Amino acid sequence: MYAIIVGAGKVGYYLTKLLLSQGHEVMLIENDRAKFASLANELGDSVLLGDGSTMETLKEAGANRADVIVAVTGHDEDNLVACQLAKMLFIRPRTIARVNNPVNEDVFSGLGIDVTVSATKLLNAIIQEQVKAEDMVIPLLSLRGGDVEIMEIEISSSSPVANKMIKDLPLPKGSLFVSILRGDEVLVPRGDMEIHEDDQVIVLVKKVHAAVLRQILIGQKTKNHQV
Amino acid sequence: MRIAILGCGKLGSRLAAKLSEAGHQIVVMDRNPEALKQLGSNFKGETLAGAVFIEANIERVFQEKVDIFIAATDKDNVNIMFAQWIRNRFKVPRVIPRVYDPIVARSYRDVGLETVCPTDMAFEAIQSMIKE
Repeated sequence: MYAIIVGAGKVGYYLTKLLLSQGHEVMLIENDRAKFASLANELGDSVLLGDGSTMETLKEAGANRADVIVAVTGHDEDNLVACQLAKMLFIRPRTIARVNNPVNEDVFSGLGIDVTVSATKLLNAIIQEQVKAEDMVIPLLSLRGGDVEIMEIEISSSSPVANKMIKDLPLPKGSLFVSILRGDEVLVPRGDMEIHEDDQVIVLVKKVHAAVLRQILIGQKTKNHQV
Repeated sequence: MRIAILGCGKLGSRLAAKLSEAGHQIVVMDRNPEALKQLGSNFKGETLAGAVFIEANIERVFQEKVDIFIAATDKDNVNIMFAQWIRNRFKVPRVIPRVYDPIVARSYRDVGLETVCPTDMAFEAIQSMIKE
């Protein structure tokens, strides 16, 4: 897969590293000269200096052959234009845009972005207790069509899967471990990897199986958690 | 007509003054209250200082029908984003964003934004000057 990522903040940077470690081709676009210089040392050909919301830069990045464009700058308007331009001029790539300001989610919907990710919305969901605190199941995003979800789940000591290997887990059909966040590390899941307490696992699951997956990863817990 | 202008810089403030003089109902919005001072004390329109995208503020401005929305901040992408948002949400019939990048301006013109590109205009003007 060839992914173009616009914006080398923390999200863009770590996403690039993760995709590269999985063997994908990535081009990270960053407009700040100083940031670019330091990234170029580490990422070499996988980083490009330029404004991802212009045709020239998108063309230089090979947008015409990209499978996906992920716009994760800190400015919603730049993310919007990068994705819309890619769709208008290069047609092929699927577009994923990050929305920082929740007010702008309204703006983005219906404007041709395939997937919108709002970090603030997630945090709000937690605060609103739509997510039960003791479960720590965070829906990261719903993919277009609503059929598939990506969830982030924190594994507690009482989780039925703590210290079990991924390959031994009875995961529902069509589920996939995307990554495991352990401390500062982002781990690419392998079948023989053990899940530890305090791991944050990111799982792709079909919506119909989401509840089952929660059961498997969290088990039956009813203790109250004061937030 | 009722015309809303986002961005009270050189372009926005001048448009506001001129259009107001011509008899139109003008609302000027700028997140920086200092910028609105450029309008002068004789300005007869409404102003809105502060973040435009705060619900209460934006509702107040667009509650009454707006005929034309002009986006004249110094950032292309902000102008493009607001032009689309305002058009879709408040059904404003004409939205005019200033967009410096010629290719971006042209691309969005194709989808119904009446983009104005100073770069293209300067290009035409200078070419004509040289031809003489």
